[in-house]
Amino acid sequence: MSRTDRNVRAPLPRWADVALIPVANVLLALLAAALIVLVIGENPLKAVRIMVAGALGDSQGIGYTLYYATNYIFTGLAVAVAFHAGLFNIGGEGQAYIGGLGVGLALLAFDHVLPLAALIPLAVAAAALFGAAWAFVPAYLQAYRGSHIVITTIMFNFIASALMVYLMVNVLIAPHQMSPESREFLPNAWLPTIGSVLAGLGITVERSPLNLSLVLAALACVGVWIYLWHTPWGYELRTVGQSERAAVYAGVKPRHIILVAMAVSGALAGFVGVNEIMGVQHRLLLNFNLGYGFTGIAVALMGRNHPVGVVLASLLFGILSQGGAELAFEIPAITPEMIIVIQGLIILFSGALANMSRPFFERIFALAARA
Amino acid sequence: MQDAYLIALLTLSATIRVSTPLILGAMAGLFSERSGIVDVGLEGKMLAAAFAAGAASAVTHSAWLGLAAGIVAATALALIHGFASITQRGNQVVSGVAINILVAGLTIVLGIAWFHQGGETPPLPPEGRFMPIHFPGQDALASVPVIGPIYGHLIGGHNLLVYVAVAAVPLTHWIVNATRFGLRLRAVGENPQAVDTAGVSVAWLRYRAVLLCGLLTGIAGTYMSIAQNAGFTRYMSAGQGFIALAALIFGKWRAWPAMGACLLFGFLDAVAIRLQGVSVPGIGEVPVQLIEALPYALTVILLAGFIGRAVAPRASGIPYIKEH
Repeated sequence: MSRTDRNVRAPLPRWADVALIPVANVLLALLAAALIVLVIGENPLKAVRIMVAGALGDSQGIGYTLYYATNYIFTGLAVAVAFHAGLFNIGGEGQAYIGGLGVGLALLAFDHVLPLAALIPLAVAAAALFGAAWAFVPAYLQAYRGSHIVITTIMFNFIASALMVYLMVNVLIAPHQMSPESREFLPNAWLPTIGSVLAGLGITVERSPLNLSLVLAALACVGVWIYLWHTPWGYELRTVGQSERAAVYAGVKPRHIILVAMAVSGALAGFVGVNEIMGVQHRLLLNFNLGYGFTGIAVALMGRNHPVGVVLASLLFGILSQGGAELAFEIPAITPEMIIVIQGLIILFSGALANMSRPFFERIFALAARA
Repeated sequence: MQDAYLIALLTLSATIRVSTPLILGAMAGLFSERSGIVDVGLEGKMLAAAFAAGAASAVTHSAWLGLAAGIVAATALALIHGFASITQRGNQVVSGVAINILVAGLTIVLGIAWFHQGGETPPLPPEGRFMPIHFPGQDALASVPVIGPIYGHLIGGHNLLVYVAVAAVPLTHWIVNATRFGLRLRAVGENPQAVDTAGVSVAWLRYRAVLLCGLLTGIAGTYMSIAQNAGFTRYMSAGQGFIALAALIFGKWRAWPAMGACLLFGFLDAVAIRLQGVSVPGIGEVPVQLIEALPYALTVILLAGFIGRAVAPRASGIPYIKEH
């Protein structure tokens, strides 16, 4: 901001920075989406009504909404942790895919010898390990070989995809099966649904894919919050993200932080595999990861890289995903891909154009201060 | 022998056709990235152009109007990327990702709303497409051994946009290395302060680079839907924008080496199609997925400095803030 502007603009209060501008940006994105709905000749308000009813109207809708939100929390946190270290992890898509591979391999190997209580930590560990490993290679190449993490993680998404197709088609496909899917896990390797847990407590809800991964997502949120803001390691990580030079002065090794941050990020993305493979599909298959990694970018940007924001953004995207599916039933002209459009618009307005609305609010606050 | 010769020739011919959008995309990315604007949104711009060209041509039955629509769509997105990156000084990678995702959804939403064919545009008649050009004397020469097939299949027999792509490479090389605009373009990607000090507008230079990127991605996308194919299909760019980006990096942000990388990646693709289910003597069946992943793996290895060194323009990705 130049000197002459200081008369007409006021620095924004913290609440405006944290809440007002992010909300305004999301509203701009939704407004743009409404315009697109108008262009294809439908009523955006009617669309919103159908979406909200479909996503929150009954226990099944809520179940689906939370199931989608679970995945978005994992990938959103993954992007957020990397962002705090100054890294842009576009590889959530691939890390989720490989994380799921880890879950699948662990369950295929042990579902006939171990009980559920042992399989759950095993699957979670496998998801974290495989996801972290897939993020670790780009991290290592960035830290020690100077290759750019954005490019390498993009490439690793494609490599993960090719690898999975190869493994599913040639190695893991169940015998006498046409589609590239593994055998179904034994029922003791299925992560219980929230519905079955609630039924145990005497509460009945309609069927939905929502499962105990939601608890893992909640733990991940708390864990990330403690890690980033209440441990020395998190402090070091954020310092590197803020200023690498300052971090070096303070005795932090940025290379180590890059490795750790990306490993944590990849592990979080890998948890998508727990939800999808152990919780919903109960077998290993292709494309279960599709879109969750990229949505994580939108979630992190919208949630301003904070667990609370990530949860709120994930809920919004959960509503959009579930409501969008309902919408496609009610208004055939609006297809589920509309959700992808909204994601793109949110990434644009909350990310790349995040500061576009700032001068406007600065003027408003300046006027308010003068009055 | 004659047979093997013809197969080799046809594979090379297929290589050229597959490489065309990669070459155009890589040259597009070259202008943008040499000016300091990182562009991971090549994919989105190409997909948008493919849709716009397919849609416009389906309505008008004119290949040229299709091309115009493709260029307009890609250029509009390029301007959004420019506005976010140059004027708003936003994160360029985020902007590129946003464009990719936005286009992935929008092409299907609009496609279904306008054409009701599950996201595809209606199949195009020949006049709505860029058809292979019949070279003079092609038939007369066809029976001449060696030269005939080369003339008919390799040099001739492609559509106009293939030749545009081939011409784009020397042209890009010349613009970037031998013109005043090119000199300034490279300077603004390495040291924008110096360009600014010399009294040249950093923003206007970068906007022009981004516009050139839009023009070329527009042609690339148009090629996919109304030259290579007879209409737009869902997600038809299928990662080619990213392969183009990989080729650009593989070619170290230079026109001729980038074209070489495009031809290499295109060749791998053409070979992969031929090798599907074929057992190679001594090796056995080569997994197609391995060949498909090779462009990405090679780029990672190159970037890691294991085969040469790829160094991006110094100011790339950094918004320029004019000092007062």
